[in-house]
This record gives sequence, structure tokens and C-alpha cells, in this order.
Amino acid sequence: MSEITLIGLNHKTAAVELREALAFTAEESANALKSLIGNSNNKIKEAMIFSTCNRMEILFISSDKSCRASQSICSTGSSNNTGSSDSSESTDNTGSSDNTQVVINFLSEYKKLPVIRFQDSLYIYNGNDAVRHIFRVASSLDSMIIGEPQILGQVKAAYRLAALNKSSGVVINRLMHKAFSIAKKVRRETGIGDNAVSISYAAIELANKIFNDLSERCVMLLGAGEMAELAVEHLISHGVKKIFVANRTFENGVLLAKKFNGIKAVYGSNRSCAIQEFEHSSDMVQDSDNNSRNNKDNFSKNREKDIVNAEAVRFEERERLLQEVDIIISSTGATEYVLTAAQVKKSMIFRKNRPLFLIDIAVPRDIDPKINKIDNAYLYDIDDLQNIVDDNMEERKKEALKGERLVDEAVIKFEKWLENLDVVPTIVAIKEKIEKIIESETEKTLNSLNLREEEQDAIKRMAQAITNKIMHDPIQFLKNSGNHRDDVFYLNAAREIFNINNMNGD
Amino acid sequence: MTLDNIERILSIIAAVTYTASMAAYIFYLFKQKDEFQNYGFFLICVGAALHFLGVCLETIMMGTLPAYNLQQTLSIAALALSGTFIFLNQKFNLKILGLFASPLLVIIMSASIILPNTLPSQPLFLNDLGLRSISHFWLISHIVMIFTGEAALALACGAGILYLIQEKAIKEKKRGFFYKRLPSLALLDNTSYTSIITGFTMLTAGLITGLIYAKNVWGTFLSWDPKEIWSAVTWLIYAALLHGRLASGWRGRKSAIMTIIGFAVLLFTLFGVNLFIGGHHQSFTK
Repeated sequence: MSEITLIGLNHKTAAVELREALAFTAEESANALKSLIGNSNNKIKEAMIFSTCNRMEILFISSDKSCRASQSICSTGSSNNTGSSDSSESTDNTGSSDNTQVVINFLSEYKKLPVIRFQDSLYIYNGNDAVRHIFRVASSLDSMIIGEPQILGQVKAAYRLAALNKSSGVVINRLMHKAFSIAKKVRRETGIGDNAVSISYAAIELANKIFNDLSERCVMLLGAGEMAELAVEHLISHGVKKIFVANRTFENGVLLAKKFNGIKAVYGSNRSCAIQEFEHSSDMVQDSDNNSRNNKDNFSKNREKDIVNAEAVRFEERERLLQEVDIIISSTGATEYVLTAAQVKKSMIFRKNRPLFLIDIAVPRDIDPKINKIDNAYLYDIDDLQNIVDDNMEERKKEALKGERLVDEAVIKFEKWLENLDVVPTIVAIKEKIEKIIESETEKTLNSLNLREEEQDAIKRMAQAITNKIMHDPIQFLKNSGNHRDDVFYLNAAREIFNINNMNGD
Repeated sequence: MTLDNIERILSIIAAVTYTASMAAYIFYLFKQKDEFQNYGFFLICVGAALHFLGVCLETIMMGTLPAYNLQQTLSIAALALSGTFIFLNQKFNLKILGLFASPLLVIIMSASIILPNTLPSQPLFLNDLGLRSISHFWLISHIVMIFTGEAALALACGAGILYLIQEKAIKEKKRGFFYKRLPSLALLDNTSYTSIITGFTMLTAGLITGLIYAKNVWGTFLSWDPKEIWSAVTWLIYAALLHGRLASGWRGRKSAIMTIIGFAVLLFTLFGVNLFIGGHHQSFTK
């Protein structure tokens, strides 16, 4: 019998310091998986470690012989705590609690962190709850930013690692493949990944609604700041033609332009977790099926195709550049407007009214709000963008409810599969037991009698036939367990009747 | 079954196909699944083919292009619209216009089918003039070009309306039902511009052939008929619009509003003049 257990902590239960302390790198996961599986003291058949910025989870399958479902009989059927009461009692509270404790202790040792430090942040899921949790995580329903697409890639990577280290087996393989397909289904059938949920991506989305083809557009960045730079980086990934960096301190502008130009080299390495998360959230649905590695490939392909062309300009040049650029992102510390309505109005004549999209991320604002009144000029400040993000977030939450329903359906299906997985070993075990009994009894009888060879054979054949005849109906019954209302009940009843669970124990 | 009946059945089937196409486009609007758009376009193509067949039959029966009463004129206008839409869609990938073209087609076709097909009392008075086949050629060119041009300008108007909806959403930061569903402002603006260029070119050519025809038939280019005057006004509006765009960069909102005004004037020239003022081209609206 396989018992699925998941222990972990995430952004909801643990502070970032704790998550950092318990995070696993790929190599650490590989080593940890090997020692978890390799340890013959525990009964862990399969395991997988999933660690990202926001969560650390260990999924494992225990080959716990005293099957957990049998307790459901004990508790729901009657209080028949006879015979095997001790063994079932010990596993009653958390199912395979022995193994759970083993894993928790292992985590504590591996990360050199006393259990007490993280115990309260841990969640422990068993059986269907664990399955549901995995499905929800992969579908990005449990993410900090609901619907962010990167999580699926991360789950896939974690699974790949488990598979490479041979720590995944029949249950995890099936479970993860189901998780991938449910994640795709949720993304396909709900709007969970639609619409930007970060300021910088909301700006890009708007730019796409104003301009047809961003690759023909030029951008001017006024000032600097994390959010503004991020927006520019998104624009770069959409292949904008040119970026002018105008900074009050020219040297800083030069540095920033250099950073944008060298963005390919920087990308994917030295980045803080926060920024990565930010980007995950903002990346849109378009390549939901790609895993993160593919995304990065795409990114670098884009980069190679369109060489980033960033140039530092003097801050005073901004008025002249108004005529050239199409998108302006402003994030200076100025207390007065750095762009006035008069300036933009004048530039519109030279621009032949080509649309101009201004994004004001600064507080206090950099760009005169009156500019939005000018024809073909569209000004969004940080509040406008935040409103969009809030709306979209609400939208995603609504869509997430649909996702939860899809997940519930998938959990039920998986449960059925898991039960069927238990049917075969049960049948084999019952058959073995009966054959063993009949064989030994026949042997005894034959030894006491003095029969000829063919007479002995006839009796052996008869014994065999009796085994088969007796076994036929129960086997048919168990095989068709899918037709019964309460499969687990029957399966476990069969195991109880034949006393299979404790067979190896004696 | 007479040819006439077949022609009518073909028009009805075409109208039904256009309606189905409209339904597909409306589905597209709500569901945002590209396949609906493709169905819609496919259905318009099928409808246009059937419709074209019907008009061909009628042409054979009449010996000339069937554009002598309102019923026929509307049918020709619808055919021109579907043809122009298919052409523009293929050439410039302006799929979104189907949203505007298909309902318009349905309206025009329904009107055409409901109206009685009253052929002029004197069977083809033009046949006498048509004896001079050279004028007949000018007449047919005139009709085809004017209607194609008008169809393109109708599409420009549609793009203009969609532009204004989308522009309002972005400008006022109120993203409603259409915001997600409509393409970018630039695409809509380009669509409108492309349609205007096409429409204006055809309109100009149509007016010139009309003038030549008038010269052949009546011996004078211009008879200062109200229709002619309004046609000139329409032409001037679009000429001004294009000039403004090329010379002083009229774009976006202004341009969109102008295309809508231009199309309103054009509709008045096409139907209103006949209904309210009079002049030649009278058989048109009977």
C-alpha cells in the first residue's frame, strides 16, 4: 500500500528567512533524495523535493505495510481494535507518521536547523490532501501571485531531478504527470493566467494595446528605479528598437544603458529572488506550456536577434527626444514635473501625431497629468497601473475558483487510480496466501498417505483446482471494484478478512 | 424553376450564410477563440461566392449589371462589401473588421431580400443607349468601382468606430468589455487608413468613369444634378481627410471621427439624395 505524504512550508506559513534556511539547491536536492531513498531504516519508496523562493516541499511515498486506509475501516466500521490494534494505533494520527517524523528529522539534520524552529510553519498533507496540494501548486492556485506560469516549469524541474536520481516511482510518476496535465488544463480552461498582475507588465500590456508592433518603437527612460528598469527589461524582451536613458547624472545613465546592453549576459544569473518572483508573476500566459528553461532560451534567442540598443543621453535632451520616442517611462526623484503639457503638445506637431505612451512610475509624479488630454498621448501614472493590477488580480481570483473545481475532479480520478493500484497486490497476496496454505496442507496429507505418483498428482491437481475455484469470485469482485460504491472499504475488508496486512509482520 | 427563382434562392442562402458568419464573429467577440474568427471568414467567403453566382445569373438575364432598383442596388452593394472585405482581409490581415462587415452584410442583404424586385417598367431603357457598347462599359465600370469604393469606405468607418471605442477605454482608463477584445489602436488606425486609401481610389475612379459615361450619354460631364454635387462633397471630405493625414498628421481620433462623418455623407449621397432631393440615378431607390 502506498501512502502519499507531503510536508512543506510556503510563503503563507513561513517567513522568508525560514524559507531561505530550508531551501534546497538542485545538488542538495539530489543528495537529499539519494539519502532518503537509500536509507533502509525508513520505508520511503519514492520522494521528490520541490524548492523555490516561496516554498519548500518534500513529497514522499511510504511503503507502509499497515495501510492507512485500514484505519478508515477501524474508525468508520466499528471499534474493532483487536489483534492488530497496536500497529494501527501507532499510525493513527498522521498516517505514516513514523516516516513523516523521519523526514522532518532528516530535514532538520540536513539543513542543520532544530525541528523546533520550523515545526510550527510546516504543513503535513496525507493521501488526497497531498494530491490536491500538489495539483494546486502545479496549477499555480497556491502561488503568491495566482496564475503565475513559472511554477509549472519549476515543478517539472523538480520532478526531472527526482526522476534522474531514481527517487520517483510508479506513484510519483503518475502523480506528477497528472499534475502537469491538470495545470495545463487549468491554464487553458480558466482565465487564471490572463491579464497582467504586476505594474511593469500592466504597462507593457497597455503598450501592446496602443502600438501594433513594439519592435518598431523607441523608448525613453527618465531617471531610474527598480520598477522602471524592470519595465524597460520587459520592453527589451519584446524587442523594442532603441532605448534612450536620460538621467540627471549622466554617468549613471551611461551605467544603466550599459546594463541594458549587457542584459543578455546578466539575465538568469545574479538575480535576487524577489526580482525573479516579480518577473514570474508578470510573465504572461503566452508561453504557459514552456518551462522556465525554455523561456530563458526564448529570451536569449530574442536577445540575439534584436541586439539591445540602449544609449545614454543628457537629461536636457529629453524635450528633443520627445519627437523621436514612442514610449516614455519616468521614475525620477524630481518634485516638479519633468515633462509638461506644453512640451508634449509642441512635440506632437513634429511627431505628426504619432501616438505617445507615457508611464509615470514616480511619486510625486513626474509627468504633467494634463498630458493625457492631448490627442494621441496616453498617460498612465502608478495609481492607474495599480488599479489595473488590482482589477486583474480580482479577475484571477474568480478564475481560480474554476481552477479549484478542475483540481477537485482530478483528485477524485487520481484516487481511483491509486485504489486500483492497490487491487493487484491485494489479489496477488490473497492468492499467494491461499496457495501456500493448500500447498502445505496437501503436502502434509500426502506424506501421511502412501500413494502412487499419479494419485499424488491427481490430488495436487484437485488442490490447485480448489484454489482457483475459491479464488475466482473474490478476484472478480476485487477486479471490478470500480463498480462498487466504496472501493477502499471492500479492498480493505478483503485484506482484513485474509489478514494480509500483518502477513509480513509474522 | 426559372433562373429568376434560382437567383433569389441563391441570395437567400447567401444571406443565411452571412448571418451564420455574423454569429461566428459574435462568438469570437465573447469567447476570443481564433477558430470562430476563421469560421466567420470562411462563411463570408462561401456567402460571397453564392451571392456572386446569383448576381451573375441576374446579369445574364438582364444583359447588364443588375443595379436598376433598390433591391438590386443593395444586393450589389452587399456583394461589393463582402468582396472588398475578403480582399482587404487577405491582403492586410484586418480580421477584426469582420465584426463590423458581417452585421452590415446581414442588414443590407435582408433589406435587399425583403424589398420587392420591381424591374423598371420600360424594360432596360438603357439598352437603347447600351447599343453604344462603349457607354455600357463606362456604366458598368462606374457601378462596380463606386460600390467597391463605398464598401471599402464602409469598412474604414467600421474601423473608425472600433478605434473610438478602444481609444476611449485607454484614454479614460476604463477598460470595459471591448478593451480586451479589440486589437491595438495602431492596428485599427492602419486598417482604417488602408481602407480609406482603397476606397478613395475606387471612388475617384468611379466618379471619373461616371463623368465619362455622362459625357457619352448626355453630352456633358456635369449637369449639376444634386447627386453629382453630393458626390463631389463626399469626395472632397475624403480628399481632405487624406490630405490632413499625409500633410499634418491627422491620426487617431480625429481621423476616426472624420471617416465616420465621411461615411454618413456618403450614405446620404447614395440614398438620401434620391429620397429627399431627386435628380438622376432615380431608379436606384425604387
